[in-house]
Amino acid sequence: MVSTKKDNTLAVLSLSGGNDFLNTVIPYTNPLYRDYRPNLGIPDDQIVPINNELGFHPAMEPLKRFWDEGNLAIFLGVGYPHPNRSHFRSMDIWHTCEPDKLGNEGWLGRAVEALDPNKENVLTGVNFGRGLPRALAKEGVPIASVGNLETYGLLTAMEQEAERDKALEVFDRIYSPAIGSGSVVDYIHSTGSDALKGADILGTAPGLYSSQVEYSNTTIGQYMRNIAQVHLAGLGTRVLYTAAPFNAFDTHANQAGAHAGLLQDVATNVDSFFSDMRDHQATENIVLFMFSEFGRRAADNGSGTDHGTGGVAFAVGENVKGGIYGEYPSLERNQLEDGGDLLHNMDFRSVYSTILERWLSVDAKPAVGGSFEQVDFL
Amino acid sequence: MTENNVARMAHLLRRGGFGASRDQIEAALAKGYEQTVEDLLNPEGQPGIDEDVLGRYWPSILSRETLEDNQMEWIYRMVNDSRQLREKMTLFWHTIFCAGNGKVDFGRLMGLQIEMFRKDGMGNFQDLLLKLSQDPAMLYYLDNTENHRPTVNENYGRELLELFSMGVGADEEFNYTEDDVKACARAFTGWNVGATLPVFPYGRTPWQFVYDHVDHDDSEKIFLGETGRWNGEDIIEIICKQPSTARFISRKLYDFFVADEPPVPAWRQSEPRDPAAIKILEKAYFDSGYEISAMLRALFYSDFFQDESAHFAKVKSPAELVAGTLRVVGTHTTPTPSLIEPALESRYMGMDLMNPPSVEGWHTGREWIDSGTLVERINFAADLLGNTELPGVKSIVDRLMAQADTYTPEAFVDGCLDLVGPIEVSEGTKEQLVAHANGYAQLRHGTAKESTEFGHQTGEMLQLIASVAEFQLG
Repeated sequence: MVSTKKDNTLAVLSLSGGNDFLNTVIPYTNPLYRDYRPNLGIPDDQIVPINNELGFHPAMEPLKRFWDEGNLAIFLGVGYPHPNRSHFRSMDIWHTCEPDKLGNEGWLGRAVEALDPNKENVLTGVNFGRGLPRALAKEGVPIASVGNLETYGLLTAMEQEAERDKALEVFDRIYSPAIGSGSVVDYIHSTGSDALKGADILGTAPGLYSSQVEYSNTTIGQYMRNIAQVHLAGLGTRVLYTAAPFNAFDTHANQAGAHAGLLQDVATNVDSFFSDMRDHQATENIVLFMFSEFGRRAADNGSGTDHGTGGVAFAVGENVKGGIYGEYPSLERNQLEDGGDLLHNMDFRSVYSTILERWLSVDAKPAVGGSFEQVDFL
Repeated sequence: MTENNVARMAHLLRRGGFGASRDQIEAALAKGYEQTVEDLLNPEGQPGIDEDVLGRYWPSILSRETLEDNQMEWIYRMVNDSRQLREKMTLFWHTIFCAGNGKVDFGRLMGLQIEMFRKDGMGNFQDLLLKLSQDPAMLYYLDNTENHRPTVNENYGRELLELFSMGVGADEEFNYTEDDVKACARAFTGWNVGATLPVFPYGRTPWQFVYDHVDHDDSEKIFLGETGRWNGEDIIEIICKQPSTARFISRKLYDFFVADEPPVPAWRQSEPRDPAAIKILEKAYFDSGYEISAMLRALFYSDFFQDESAHFAKVKSPAELVAGTLRVVGTHTTPTPSLIEPALESRYMGMDLMNPPSVEGWHTGREWIDSGTLVERINFAADLLGNTELPGVKSIVDRLMAQADTYTPEAFVDGCLDLVGPIEVSEGTKEQLVAHANGYAQLRHGTAKESTEFGHQTGEMLQLIASVAEFQLG
């Protein structure tokens, strides 16, 4: 099963909850920034400048090296028309690429189907977290969804190794390919067989992995490490997905400390991830994409920020052409959306389309539901 | 009491409720099939769960703002409320009349919709459609809040016909035209929501139905061939007398209570699995004047329901799998915060209650199962059933010990399959389970040491049973 071909692979980290664009990539020379952020403004001397106008939140410092090396693309003002400020709905829109009606298929589910139409590898798409994000949902497309890579598998409550092995042998025999009468039980058997195969293969990943790199002991850290483990195991996985804890970035109150902690968590673990890739000479075929369902209100509310619209997304990787893509949305009061939010000026489906066509080499149109201008970061 | 009776009663309690432990099956058998059906059909006046206790254990139940609070409460009711059919019908309507927190974004409002199904879901269908059409979560979810006299929004009007009552068509025919959809939508202009007075000085306050007669299009409409200045109530009355509505609800009930049917969009082309059964249900619909409980009574007493071919003819939904397993293992009998775990399990298995993927609801039957959800389903049930400390599992071990002093591998497997269900498995599966039990040096519980070992063996066998394909069927 181990593939020797180094296919391009996409890793996605969702910053669930609505990441505060304005305090992530800060327009520090713009006086309006200070007006909007009397309480949450980052002091000038702490901002990490990346050019003459923009700077990172200090907790993002570990990502500065990627910027300096030209491997970090920053998408400014990314969003979609008629923005929805509900977490659920907006995340749904990012997942399904259906801003007008409710969809139930995800762009990455469609991509995995296009990458592996004959379902030759049950691990073409792997999610880390409990339950499948809608981005990966597509009927008939097997996606492994892993809550804990170290213990992933079937009958995990059996503590004794020997007992569990025996039980899994029974399982394997019971689930061995059925005669094919088309019954539901046959279907469950073939699905269970796939699951067991996937679990067996995935279970080898931690054992194959050795690394000097440390990740933090957070959800993001552990799942980024798992993504590294699976990617480095060469299992033919092409799409790896994980998310920050549900709505973690939803910083309505006491944002200063919380947001810094979250950005720190993301930045240090992304740094660890690419150090890990570098140590294993595996940087050339991985791209990491990070997004959030929306940005937050321009003006702070005293101790936090409320739901906004236009946001920021990132792509990191050796094959990424680093730089700024799109323009920073205007902060002029009369230019704000609905009186308070940053206007989006780049459709997220443009970024998706570019990733799909130029990185994963699949047709973007059916996956994102239309033709969108590509962005030259790949 | 014959095995057959046990199997039939277990089937009734799986379909009319969320499954049962052997103690619960025996209690029902003591009442008899008929009395059990009548008790299921008549929840009024029966002691259910103590609502005061709910609030005492769980103060956040009073505001229930989050989706999770409402999901936990519902799982608690599925597991513990003796009025099982009422809770099952609540789930039934939720899988058809879909609104979702993904858009509504207010758990309390979703919880109130579920409460409406709980209260009115076994009554008259015409009343229920009216309640649904005045439900704030639904009005917002399907954009009737944007449906105004000058600018008609057809979303609710269309789904009311297509997904909630008549269905697109049957026997290759269409049940209604686009003009009917437009007339229906116009009849519901002005059906909107408004604020309520807050109970608490903080947090969000649910909405209430508000009829704005100025915003209502009172002009003449032709709907399904009938002409008049129809308002929403009139439309619902016309809908309810359509044979296609009787057909739709009958097929939905059959699909939910008897055997998996193909999904609704295929109904225009596909015949019901059992046309005679659908006829019986349609007749009950009209004879009773659209009473849902009359249809359920006809269903539970019918041969097509009781027949063995209907046993295990459905894939359990995640809610059924979660609640059913908890009822067997006997946990979560008090309303504590630990209910978040089973509530989330249902989500992980693909059924985030009150948050279906779209207005079409969940794709059911075999589509519940994929390689990700199957792992969740198996591990959830196996983790619990393998734990002989849990009261329900301990009870299975005790019953096995009481039934015989020593077991052959085959009798042991039969005993486990019987007490955890009874569950029927294929011969091939049975052979493998027996082969595994053959690996045990002995199956006896004479000494304390043997008893411990026997408990361990039972826990292991129950875990294996939780992992077989047939366990996924209900």
